[in-house]
Amino acid sequence: MYELVTGPLAWLAFAVFFIGVIARIVLYIKGLDWKLDRVTYTVNVSYGIRGALRSIFVWLFPFGTHSWRSYPFMTILVFTFHIGILITPVFLIAHNVMLWERWGIRLWTIPEPVADILTIAVMVSAVFLILRRIALPEVRILTTAYDYLVIAIAVLPFFTGYMAHIQAPDYRFWLILHILSGEIMLVAIPFTKLSHFVNFFLSRGQLGMDFGIKRGGMKNKGLAW
Amino acid sequence: MPEGTLCNKKTVNTVEELHALLADKSGKVYYDEMNSLEIDRAALKATLQKTCKSRIRTWLEICAHCGMCADSCFFYMANNRDPRQVPSYKIQSTLGQIVKRNGDVDNAFMQMVMDTAWGKCTCCNRCGMYCPFGIDMGIMFGYLRGLCFSQGFVPWELKIGSGMHRIYQAQMDVTSEDWVDTCQWMAEENEEDWPGLEIPVDKENADIMYTVNAREPKHYPEDLAEAAILFHLAGENWTVPSVGWEETSLAMFAGDWDACRIQVQSVYDAMERLKPKRMVVTECGHAYRATVIEGPYWAGLKSGKTPVPSFHYVEWVAEALRTGKLKIDPAKRIKEPVTYQDSCNYIRNAGLKECAREIMSYIAEDFREMSPCKEHNFCCGGGGGMNGLGRYREQRNIGLKVKRDQILATGAKLVISPCHNCWDAIRDMEEIYHVGIRWSFLKPILLKMVIVPDHLKPDE
Repeated sequence: MYELVTGPLAWLAFAVFFIGVIARIVLYIKGLDWKLDRVTYTVNVSYGIRGALRSIFVWLFPFGTHSWRSYPFMTILVFTFHIGILITPVFLIAHNVMLWERWGIRLWTIPEPVADILTIAVMVSAVFLILRRIALPEVRILTTAYDYLVIAIAVLPFFTGYMAHIQAPDYRFWLILHILSGEIMLVAIPFTKLSHFVNFFLSRGQLGMDFGIKRGGMKNKGLAW
Repeated sequence: MPEGTLCNKKTVNTVEELHALLADKSGKVYYDEMNSLEIDRAALKATLQKTCKSRIRTWLEICAHCGMCADSCFFYMANNRDPRQVPSYKIQSTLGQIVKRNGDVDNAFMQMVMDTAWGKCTCCNRCGMYCPFGIDMGIMFGYLRGLCFSQGFVPWELKIGSGMHRIYQAQMDVTSEDWVDTCQWMAEENEEDWPGLEIPVDKENADIMYTVNAREPKHYPEDLAEAAILFHLAGENWTVPSVGWEETSLAMFAGDWDACRIQVQSVYDAMERLKPKRMVVTECGHAYRATVIEGPYWAGLKSGKTPVPSFHYVEWVAEALRTGKLKIDPAKRIKEPVTYQDSCNYIRNAGLKECAREIMSYIAEDFREMSPCKEHNFCCGGGGGMNGLGRYREQRNIGLKVKRDQILATGAKLVISPCHNCWDAIRDMEEIYHVGIRWSFLKPILLKMVIVPDHLKPDE
């Protein structure tokens, strides 16, 4: 089983992930239409690029926009959750050891206690994100089972990885489940709301171009997001 | 496929059709017929296929259902935080469902969609600024209105409005003759007080081609006179076109994209014909949005720009004050606390916030910003056509509470509102809530305080 999930399934998951993500980017850009969207993407390019970069950049910082500042609790949750999700798997020592053993490459790594904290932070913030969904009427009305499924797909690799890491009973079970759930997440990214992994940048960039080119960007210093 | 005689999928292109609609008081028969209007599912499906592309589909798909758009919506705030007023909910339960069902929807559903698209959203685009993914629900509601229009589900007044544009190239039945007559009348009426005052019609190669909102010649001709006097005082070489003088677009509010194109094309043709250096638009928000911001796209202009550079009235005023073409008598500046209503259409959606502040720095001594303001300001409550829709009057009046409270919090009793829709909404707000405020366009305020050069004064 271990050979299967770390061999063919891993290759398959990474292939689906990379090809899927590239396809999402290509399809999104191909589907942009200057006349329907009413944005001259290819004419006023410098304004478009400026608008897109500003629109992406300011939103990448906690409290960087009016919206983030209006919802401080949510902002802390969102950034904690995402920083943990992005940093931990890429810079984890254990993952980089595998990379080194297989291909002789490795990236920077983060100390184990930091990885532990980030992992716990992902799980804790996920719990609060779920509680928020239940508690706030304006979020509850939007919430569907699909939203919980997406959170589960994103958090399961962290939960299982943590169980394996603390050497819980049935180490092998948790390890295989960890690898499987990681692969499920990779495959889910192009096909679910998790596609915001790339669509966040595309959508933000598009709206930034809209404001940068058409809605005022040529007449002022740019929108105060 | 059963169609009503008034409520149907056809556009209004003749005076007879228009009069039939107008004769139906408050749209009683029209809305009655709407109950049996059938949906052309094949056409809806085909339209989605052709026009609903990656931007909107991605927006609908990736919405994280986080609810961060809730507080951005003045309807949500004004309705005691009713979750059914959350922008994401409003768009997902309407356009989201139409896309999901690929156009397989029924009459009752489409009526709910219409009531949401026009009765719960003014397309102010504020929510788009608060979504971390940059999902602009105002844009989607604009698109949704187009789908509704194509199926005949459009509020009665806007069916009429888009018909007006198709027939008169104006939002009201003002013909070219009516318009030119009004120009002459206003020039004659004021020439005694303002020697040399002219409203030059169809003058070629002028510096400025001035265009208006049809309400001005129809109901407030003195607005045109005030514009003429201010251009006269500033020494501008200006003109108005006899055809293509109307900037507004009820067609945009209606989602009648073809009528939008017809309307803006009439203005662009006037630009080509008269070859002015630039165009200045009257104090109207959606008119500027329609003709200057969105219009080039409807007309298929690949530059995304109007044939000659175009400016909102606040841009011209700011420039005239800055360059000294218009000089303000310091003694006559506004002394009392005064606030400024940022129109969504030319502030948030066209970036002119600084012009407004510059003007206020010249004319007011105690200028108070609303909170929030500039591009984050709330819609007046009457945008997107809302002011004119009888069916949603009650919802409109509830929505006005947010603007009312914003104005009251400034402590100012005077609101400068260089936008027809905002001006109307604030007037109605005072009528309904009696909060004791006054409101004004810029032109009458400027006329009261501008210094008249000696050579332009009437002979005693």
